[in-house]
Amino acid sequence: MRRTITQFLFASLFFVLLSLATSAQNVVSGNVSDSKTGAPLSGVTVTLKGTGTKAQTTGDGLFKINVPAKNGTLVISYVGYATQELKVSGNNAGSISLVQTNQQLNEVVVVGYGSARKKDLTGAVAVVTSKDFQKGQISTPEQLIAGKVAGVSITSNGGGPGSGSTIRIRGGASLNASNDPLIVVDGVPLDNSGISGSANALSLINPNDIESFNILKDASATAIYGSRASNGVIIITTKRGQSGKTKVNFNTQLSVGKISRKVDVLAADEFRNYVNANGTAEQKALMGNASTDWQDEIYQTASTSDNNISITGAYRNAPYRLSIGYLNQQGILKTDKLERASVGFNFSPKFFNNNLKADINIKASQTGSRFANTGAIGTAAIFDPTQPVYSNSKRYNGFYEWLDPNATTGLRSLAPKNPVGLLEQQNNISDVKRSIGNLVLEYKLPFFPSLRANLNLGYDIANGSGSNYINDSAASTYRRFVDAGGIPHGGVSTNYSQQKRNTLMEFYLGYNRDLTAINSKIDVIAGYSYNDFLTTNNFFPDRTSDGRVTPGSIPNFPSDKPRYTLISFYSRMNFSLMDRFLLTATVRQDGSSRFSSENRWGIFPSAALAWKLKEESFLKNSKVVSDLKLRFGYGVTGQQDGIGYFDYIPYYGLSNNSAQYQLGNTFYNMYRPNGYYANRQWEQTATTNIGLDYALLNNRINGSVELYMTKTTKLLNEIDQPAGTNFSNKIVANVGDMENRGVEFNINADIIKSKDFTWNVGFNATYNRNEITKLTISDDPNYRGNQYGGISGGTGTTLFINTVGLPKGSFYVYQQVYDNNGKPIDGLFEDRNRDGLINTDDLYQYKNSNPEAFFGFTTNVNYKKFNAGFVLRANVGNYVYNNVNSTLGTNNVIFGTGYLNNAYSDLLNTGFSGTTAGYILSDYYIQNASFLRMDNFNLGYEIGKVFKGSANLRINANVQNVFVITKYKGLDPEISGGVDNNFYPRPRTFTIGANLDF
Amino acid sequence: MNKIILKSSFVLLLVAAISSCTKNLDRLPTNDITSEVVYSSFEGYQQAFAKVYGAFALTGNAGPAGNGDVQAIDEGTSDFLRLYWWMQEISTDEAVVQVGWNDPGIHFFHSLNWTTDNVILKGLYYRSFYQITLANDFIRQASDENLAKRGITGDNAAKIKQFAQEARFLRSFQYSVMMDLYANPPFVTEADVPGASLPRQISRADLFQYVENELKDMENTIPLTNEYGRVNKSAVRALLSRIYLNAEVFTGTAQNQQAAAYAKKVVDEGNYSLISDYRNLMIADNNTNTEEFILTINYDGIRTKGYGGTTFLTHASVGGSMPAFNFGIGGGWGGIRTTKNLPNLFPDATGSIDQRAQFYTNGQNIELDAEPATAFTKGYAVTKYRNVTKSGAQGSSPDFSDVDFPLFRTAEMYLNYAEAVLRDPAAGDATTALNYINALRTRAYGGSTSGNINSTQMDLNFILDERSRELQWECFRRTDLVRFGKFTTDAYLWPWKGGVSSGTSVPSFRNIFPIPASDINANSNLTQNTGY
Repeated sequence: MRRTITQFLFASLFFVLLSLATSAQNVVSGNVSDSKTGAPLSGVTVTLKGTGTKAQTTGDGLFKINVPAKNGTLVISYVGYATQELKVSGNNAGSISLVQTNQQLNEVVVVGYGSARKKDLTGAVAVVTSKDFQKGQISTPEQLIAGKVAGVSITSNGGGPGSGSTIRIRGGASLNASNDPLIVVDGVPLDNSGISGSANALSLINPNDIESFNILKDASATAIYGSRASNGVIIITTKRGQSGKTKVNFNTQLSVGKISRKVDVLAADEFRNYVNANGTAEQKALMGNASTDWQDEIYQTASTSDNNISITGAYRNAPYRLSIGYLNQQGILKTDKLERASVGFNFSPKFFNNNLKADINIKASQTGSRFANTGAIGTAAIFDPTQPVYSNSKRYNGFYEWLDPNATTGLRSLAPKNPVGLLEQQNNISDVKRSIGNLVLEYKLPFFPSLRANLNLGYDIANGSGSNYINDSAASTYRRFVDAGGIPHGGVSTNYSQQKRNTLMEFYLGYNRDLTAINSKIDVIAGYSYNDFLTTNNFFPDRTSDGRVTPGSIPNFPSDKPRYTLISFYSRMNFSLMDRFLLTATVRQDGSSRFSSENRWGIFPSAALAWKLKEESFLKNSKVVSDLKLRFGYGVTGQQDGIGYFDYIPYYGLSNNSAQYQLGNTFYNMYRPNGYYANRQWEQTATTNIGLDYALLNNRINGSVELYMTKTTKLLNEIDQPAGTNFSNKIVANVGDMENRGVEFNINADIIKSKDFTWNVGFNATYNRNEITKLTISDDPNYRGNQYGGISGGTGTTLFINTVGLPKGSFYVYQQVYDNNGKPIDGLFEDRNRDGLINTDDLYQYKNSNPEAFFGFTTNVNYKKFNAGFVLRANVGNYVYNNVNSTLGTNNVIFGTGYLNNAYSDLLNTGFSGTTAGYILSDYYIQNASFLRMDNFNLGYEIGKVFKGSANLRINANVQNVFVITKYKGLDPEISGGVDNNFYPRPRTFTIGANLDF
Repeated sequence: MNKIILKSSFVLLLVAAISSCTKNLDRLPTNDITSEVVYSSFEGYQQAFAKVYGAFALTGNAGPAGNGDVQAIDEGTSDFLRLYWWMQEISTDEAVVQVGWNDPGIHFFHSLNWTTDNVILKGLYYRSFYQITLANDFIRQASDENLAKRGITGDNAAKIKQFAQEARFLRSFQYSVMMDLYANPPFVTEADVPGASLPRQISRADLFQYVENELKDMENTIPLTNEYGRVNKSAVRALLSRIYLNAEVFTGTAQNQQAAAYAKKVVDEGNYSLISDYRNLMIADNNTNTEEFILTINYDGIRTKGYGGTTFLTHASVGGSMPAFNFGIGGGWGGIRTTKNLPNLFPDATGSIDQRAQFYTNGQNIELDAEPATAFTKGYAVTKYRNVTKSGAQGSSPDFSDVDFPLFRTAEMYLNYAEAVLRDPAAGDATTALNYINALRTRAYGGSTSGNINSTQMDLNFILDERSRELQWECFRRTDLVRFGKFTTDAYLWPWKGGVSSGTSVPSFRNIFPIPASDINANSNLTQNTGY
């Protein structure tokens, strides 16, 4: 430590001396601005040609540089602008205006194992950088790009703090395996599963550290990630250090979230009227005198603060960036809370005359959560509004509950529990630490500079643990068991913990060369990758709040350590001919430990060709067309995520201590052979993609159009096993085919672009059509399909079906019959097969929860120091099953035995009894959930210099979830999976923030 | 130059590391083990054997739920007894379930309107075959060759051979269920290597032959006495008696002499009798009823937890104003009740005369208002299954039952004997038959002979009614009604039979259930039962 301080002092002294020495020299000054807007450019590098003397412009574009002899040449360079040279004459270099180069096209895009210029891409790759991110209080990374990219649908799974999202790129390629894309953070591929104690493992990455998202959509882009690429790849790159002066950025946000809409249940007086009109005297007597809006009781105004500070600069010319973030977020559901402290660090030193480049990235975070009991959302909807929150008794911690004097617990066993009680009495807390990091070494062989070696060593480790405590007076866990001495024990005190140790080793050799003889360039890489995923799940017994182990809950084993490994060999060749034709070919061989040694290896090839039409003579001089490129690609990718680790061998598992069987006087833990599928292998997806990139009017309008078709074969599909042939009657086997066809379109336009006023818009549209083309081994025309997907209100009732010839996940329901006034007739369904009976043969495939098309629209306006913008998102043709209506919208639900429930207010329209067979599967509940949502509206103002000019301040204000326009009658039309059941409402969030640059 | 050598050797080292890595693709589970490990010891065999039995009581490897055996059905509802009970009872006059009980497909049974994709009939089919598949596997593992290979000899080897015989019985039992309910199922034994080929279909008559031969052989290999919960010779004979009694339904040829002979062998050689109090049959400590119980499925509120079995029967039958405490449970699930036909079989629904009338009537309306009925209070509740002990103490858990379920008990043998003799007087002795029936009635009347009958009163219709009085809610009713030609016809009606308030006939193909559509699809050797 002491040595470090000494070194630091010495270095400081050195710099002071140096500056003293140089101050004696001549100083040339000037200022640099943008040629179009005239805005000053800060951070521009000014170099005295032929020397190491450098300077950078300040925030207002000014620079000063020492020039020994009042002459020489200054080189002024800045990313995204054409470099200029200027002969020095005198002390004033004057105003220098830099011309923007074609930024769009020179943008560097990170692709798998390297990067490419956007103009050289042959695959379907979309880039979103930080300037285009969604704004406002965003605590999980994927939400930054919601609505920003054609073909990518990002649906948050709820409004809870740090809640995860369902990400689908081009609809997803699988049925029963994973449909989640591969996410790679700074070269480290993440494992798709969650971490115990975290609502969403991605939320452990601070969104403020992210610089860009690169979304690889077609096989020619993704095939280099072969084994995990069928659902697309999202490459997240974090912000880097920049050489030059040390810069500090401080960003702070405060926000409040409020519930935007409540579940439409009967108000207390409506409820009273209904019970008085329809109930028996006994039932009427059950009503209380209160008027409680239970939803008001469980929701709160949630406040959030999010503070981030980052320092960038260079240590011995090696750029670094260090950032620290602290997020403290409340949920709108009372007691829900998330705290996250995060650190990001990267450092990129170079050695051996810059031949060896190192890149170190470390991200670490610690998250503390308190999870609210989300069961309260459902019980708040159903709980009798005439009852008070608190009883006057001390029993059950003072919360009002439905009582039954005959029950041992004193509680009505099937009645809902007080929702406020469910929240207040549960203390479910977790602590999760996660770190993702890697070291990349790239070495250019000095004796053979065309060849480079790249080594990437990475890790992703996480420790999640937590506990749940409910005291023994709480109604939800009252008197859970009586011990041998007759003493009752209640409440909960449980623990859980999990560790993840994922490691990565990748090595590749790259070779590039200009083949000037044929006016071509070639770039080849070949590499190896080893990726290991080890999870440790620790097991704990279940305990009551007094620490007593509940009977039969002692685990058989202290822990389980599921582990899988992927090993890959890959190669890619990029060949460009006359800068007009580009060819990319990749091949990857993957081995996965999830398959038997015979089926373990899969080969995934791809090829793509691009033709730069703009370079052809007929367009070369066009003023209108500033760029035009046609792309064609084909490739095959594989999938092994989302299936069991060891399913190819029949393993035996030991039953736990509450699943023992008594023979004689002994209780035995049983050995059970598990179902298996020896022939399981890679699911394969072949993608064909045709794309056109265009730019018009000096790039003021640009975008692309993509047409794609994916065909998945050897579908990982849960199929029925012939009875008597396996230890499981359903097994995920490689049977079936599925197709996705789609069109993607996006356009960005600078409508106004002047010095004081800019206005740009971006729009994207996606159409996707999914079809299952084969599902079973034998093609039985009478087979309706595989039913799946549970709903609330019917244990084991399935709502969805996969049927050949239809998109995956059709709703499988009865056809409701309506009267002349359009009112549904209670329990009357269409006898679709005309056999005179209404039974499950009359179910039919109706609609689907996936949108047919979805759209995103973004606009930003800058006027002098003001800016404003908003983001709109729309889905068309998606349907949602209103499970709240189907479970709560009946007369029957109100009148429990010995208690009352509230009902969904649609009951007043339908008058459904809830006593007819199959009503829960009526297509009446399948509702069109097309929507238009304004994700955010933001305003910003550049205050400029503060603190005596040492800092630059911007302030902003933001509203998220501004409005939703939809015909859907439930709480929120945007429900991933299509079943609206006690959805955690998405809050409307108001944010103010400030951003300071030092 | 040194640097270059350094770098080059680094690269070489990497290449070496890479080539040694591919064997890391052989990953193994931490706690699960292969068959070779399980069957390397006697204890392993014993624990695998426990699973062959345990597949009756439990739904999976984690109690009460969480790691199920049977897929495509909610795990809690996927045990043998709950599914078997639904199909044998809810399809008849003995049981109904009201609306709001949302086990998928349940509301198509009482109206006799099920379809080939019904989740419950599919669930039982796969549950039965699950146990058959486990039994086949165990029998294979217990072969002489495997035992010798694994070095298991002597007493342990003999015990394992005995286990295999019991596994064989459990397989026969499940095939008898398949024969009764699905008639023509696929057929696999230990000789069929799993997955090698599609199972062939077996006809009901051929299956009868198979089960008969198996059981007759086991009569020589299974001892007369065994531990509690395990198969003994009397269980083998009791199943023979049962299939012979129904032989005409299964094969077209009646075998009443055999039915009577085997029933009598159970009673005489097995030395079985009746316990003294009928109302102690289905309670928490009924594991002591060994004089009457021939083979039981064993449950335990702490160590054998599930949401099916007697946990289902003790909880689902409690609702309305019924005080849960009296039934040894924390709270009722309010589901199953009966039509008026069952209480009407008794002189008095309160049970003050015939103690087998165990109905809860307070607040309950004997009439059903709809199918499914609109509330638990429609129809009388049945209080036969109670998780309390003889002394009135609560079971070991308020949430899971201790009540064991007898698959075979003496009373059935008495009734089988009497019915067989009535159907074929040459089958046995009429006096013995009458004595058996009166033994049941004397117990039912609390030791009084006032309910006893004479030989002229004892006809076949009386036997059918007596079976319902004695064996109500024990999974016999559908089979009995089919045997008497009353299940689908209009010879006997009950409220909402065929979906009509007063009851109506349905086509006779509904005497058996269909093979589930999923297996017809998965196994091209199968042909659907006629009518479906």
